[in-house]
Amino acid sequence: MSMFDVFNIAGSALNAQSQRLNTTASNLANADSVVGEDGEPYRAKQVVFEAVPVGSAQGRGVRVTQVVESAAPMRLVYDPANPAANGEGYVEMPNVSVVEEMVNMISASRSYQNNVEVMNTAKTLLQRTLTIGQ
Amino acid sequence: MKARLDEALQFNQTALNLQARRQEMLASNIANADTPNYKARDIDFRSALAAQLGRPGAGLAMVQTSAGHLPTGGAQGFESYIGYRQELQSSADGNTVNMDVERAAFAENALHYEASLTFINGLLSGMRTAITGGQ
Repeated sequence: MSMFDVFNIAGSALNAQSQRLNTTASNLANADSVVGEDGEPYRAKQVVFEAVPVGSAQGRGVRVTQVVESAAPMRLVYDPANPAANGEGYVEMPNVSVVEEMVNMISASRSYQNNVEVMNTAKTLLQRTLTIGQ
Repeated sequence: MKARLDEALQFNQTALNLQARRQEMLASNIANADTPNYKARDIDFRSALAAQLGRPGAGLAMVQTSAGHLPTGGAQGFESYIGYRQELQSSADGNTVNMDVERAAFAENALHYEASLTFINGLLSGMRTAITGGQ
């Protein structure tokens, strides 16, 4: 029954988008984390989406294939008083772009809302289908 | 008589089947709005419906348990009417989903689906009236 696959498709998208929101939250929270668990400054993370077949041959859901670390150069801040400063007095700060993350967050939440809407519509249609002939 | 009843409902049943499939494809497009290199797809509904109605035994699907069995009825065989959407504004990541277009098509298709349901309900209540003689 193809209409039920809509739930799986939209559900996979909700999952993927919430994972994207999670990485954005992690990036924003660690925008100033000079030292991570490996002793290095925190690196911004991004999710990579991929389309996967769901249900019948036509349905395509979403899946997060991997979480990549940003290769952007670290932000150098001159702060000789900081214990993490190097010989020239510069501190390596995380390569998180706060503006980019905010945009990412808004985009993810809008996509999430869209998919919730899709689910609601599919639910209404299926409920109407169940009342055929009554 | 049974064939008559089936015939009366066949058009709307086939349309409903195709609309459900289309809804699924539009949901896929909306779900993959942020997937790089995803190409939005849709059905040529008019041609697909005409082809479905022109086939013998359309509307009643039979199970295929062997590769030698011929496909019958249901919403099979409409795959050749699936196409990729024309791009209005290209994006850098190769994704061709235009959310406005998809949302509009989704809402429109949902309405058509509901219309088909209403028609089926009308036909059924008409038949019931005919059978019971309006009592």
